[in-house]
Amino acid sequence: MSEHDSTHAGDGGSIPFMQKLLDSPFILLFIGVAMPTVIYIIWGVMEIVSIPVAP
Amino acid sequence: MAQFRTCPDTGFAIDLAADKLIKWNAVTAVVFLLVGGLFGILVALTRWPAVHLLDADLFYLALTAHGLDVLLVWIIFFEMALLYFTSSILLKTRLAAPWLGWVQYTLMLVGALITNVAVLQGESSVMFTSYVPMMAAPHFYLGVILFAVGALMGCVVFFSTLYIAKRDKTYEGSIPLVTFGAMTAAIIAVFTILAGAVILIPTFFWSLGFIGNIDTLMYRVIWWGLGHSSQQINVAAQIACWYAIAAILFGAKPLSEKVSRTAFLFYILFLQLASAHHILVDPGISSEWKIFNTSYALYLAVLGSMLHGLTVPGAVEAALRKKGYNRGLFEWLRKAPWGNPVFAGFALSVVLFGFLGGITGVMMGTEQLNIIIHNTLYVPGHFHGTVVVGTTLAFMAMAYWLVPVLWQKELVFPGLAKWQPYLFGLGMGLASIFMMGAGTLGVPRRHWDISFADAMMVHEFPAAAYMMMGLAGISGVIGGIGGGIFILNMVSTILFGKAKVPAPAAEEAPAAPIGGAATEYGSASTLEVPGTFVLALVFLTAFVLYYFVNWKYLASVWGMS
Repeated sequence: MSEHDSTHAGDGGSIPFMQKLLDSPFILLFIGVAMPTVIYIIWGVMEIVSIPVAP
Repeated sequence: MAQFRTCPDTGFAIDLAADKLIKWNAVTAVVFLLVGGLFGILVALTRWPAVHLLDADLFYLALTAHGLDVLLVWIIFFEMALLYFTSSILLKTRLAAPWLGWVQYTLMLVGALITNVAVLQGESSVMFTSYVPMMAAPHFYLGVILFAVGALMGCVVFFSTLYIAKRDKTYEGSIPLVTFGAMTAAIIAVFTILAGAVILIPTFFWSLGFIGNIDTLMYRVIWWGLGHSSQQINVAAQIACWYAIAAILFGAKPLSEKVSRTAFLFYILFLQLASAHHILVDPGISSEWKIFNTSYALYLAVLGSMLHGLTVPGAVEAALRKKGYNRGLFEWLRKAPWGNPVFAGFALSVVLFGFLGGITGVMMGTEQLNIIIHNTLYVPGHFHGTVVVGTTLAFMAMAYWLVPVLWQKELVFPGLAKWQPYLFGLGMGLASIFMMGAGTLGVPRRHWDISFADAMMVHEFPAAAYMMMGLAGISGVIGGIGGGIFILNMVSTILFGKAKVPAPAAEEAPAAPIGGAATEYGSASTLEVPGTFVLALVFLTAFVLYYFVNWKYLASVWGMS
């Protein structure tokens, strides 16, 4: 049986969570923007603003 | 009401509005490739010590224009064409809001022209990065901002088209893998553009005098969210092209849809974090931030690339074995259509991207190793291994298929097209290798004269460094000729190409449909790809050896006694 048959809607089975996620462009868009914004930009900016200013 | 035509080659129902936008974006991309490529040849001829063509001012002007036109303008225009192709045409739906597509095109074109004018006026030779406190003319930043807003509009059109296709049920189940790859590129593009807006809008006001100061470290951190992530859009788009070409030429399906989509998910989550490797030697930022971004998280994106590197050739092998090329490990590879520029460009892109761009990128992303080559010519060597022989070559291969299909014209120079991917790929591949060699010997990037002829303090580079620079110059010119042949072929085909003659029974007989990852969900349902696994092991061996050789090299750089 092909992967298509066994995992897609219409075969009576429930759709796995990962497939639901991968079939949701707007959720992927959100996490694709949020992840680097938090881990790269916000964390990086917090490190810079916490550098003590030279007297 | 959207109007469609049926493509006689592929059977695709093509929305005429999408058709027009794809063509304009693709043609504009190629024009800017020409402009940026010419500046690139001038740069190569200046860094070639025996030629040293331009004076210092013109060199930095040419370097700025080269970086902007090829790293940003050519690539993003072509990606806009790909976004419209992979959404509207592959999903068999109308393009959402074509008027917004024209806003995208106009803003990007006007932005690119304004920035080019600013650079050519000579007051904005700040290079692609435009690091503060170097200040360009205000219209330099304005042009980049307009260009980015235009690209954002293109992403809006793409996502809206996905929504319409789903609402109208023009496909069943999941979108095709090629469209999924393009969606990954669009997601990365949205982050890239937002990061660019955060830093370039204040920088624009700074150039106008409304803001007194832009913090240099803040600029570097946020700007690289734009600068490096823009190149990650390329990686996702190029891999979507790989899957598309494998499907178009061979009807290939990925070895596993789940694995390939998970690999793209790794890109969505982690690939943008690679931006941090530009900050690895900057003081003031903690090692935790540096190492988390460039190592722990980025390695998951690298895993994604390695999965694609396995499954793309694996898909081709599975498809060709199904057609009967089963003898030994590599009959499928020997009998592949090496004279077809679509395949040749694709194959070279896969191999050169992995060996030149991929392996070196991981090395550069390691905090300790990065110090060996930071800000040396190794860095441009690395990204010529990704953006040029990876992305550009993949886009060229795609164009060899897309242009004759969309314009319904024969290639004007099919003989030259056979050679072009090899000339361009090998020329630019060698240029990349020699640049990395020179960088390893300490030759700085963005340097007009490494002999320091007019400086008070002289630094003597080893003779091998000069030889590498010369060889990089020669290779760059060869690659440039290859790029010129591509542009000549594309422009000639569009302007003067002979119209394709449809087969006599074309109206009755439907065109052979394009299957595989381009139009439908589905895996190859086999892992019997021994040739691909052997090639993957060769790659892994090279990867491990290169990585640890650099640790050994680091030990010799920092003598402890």
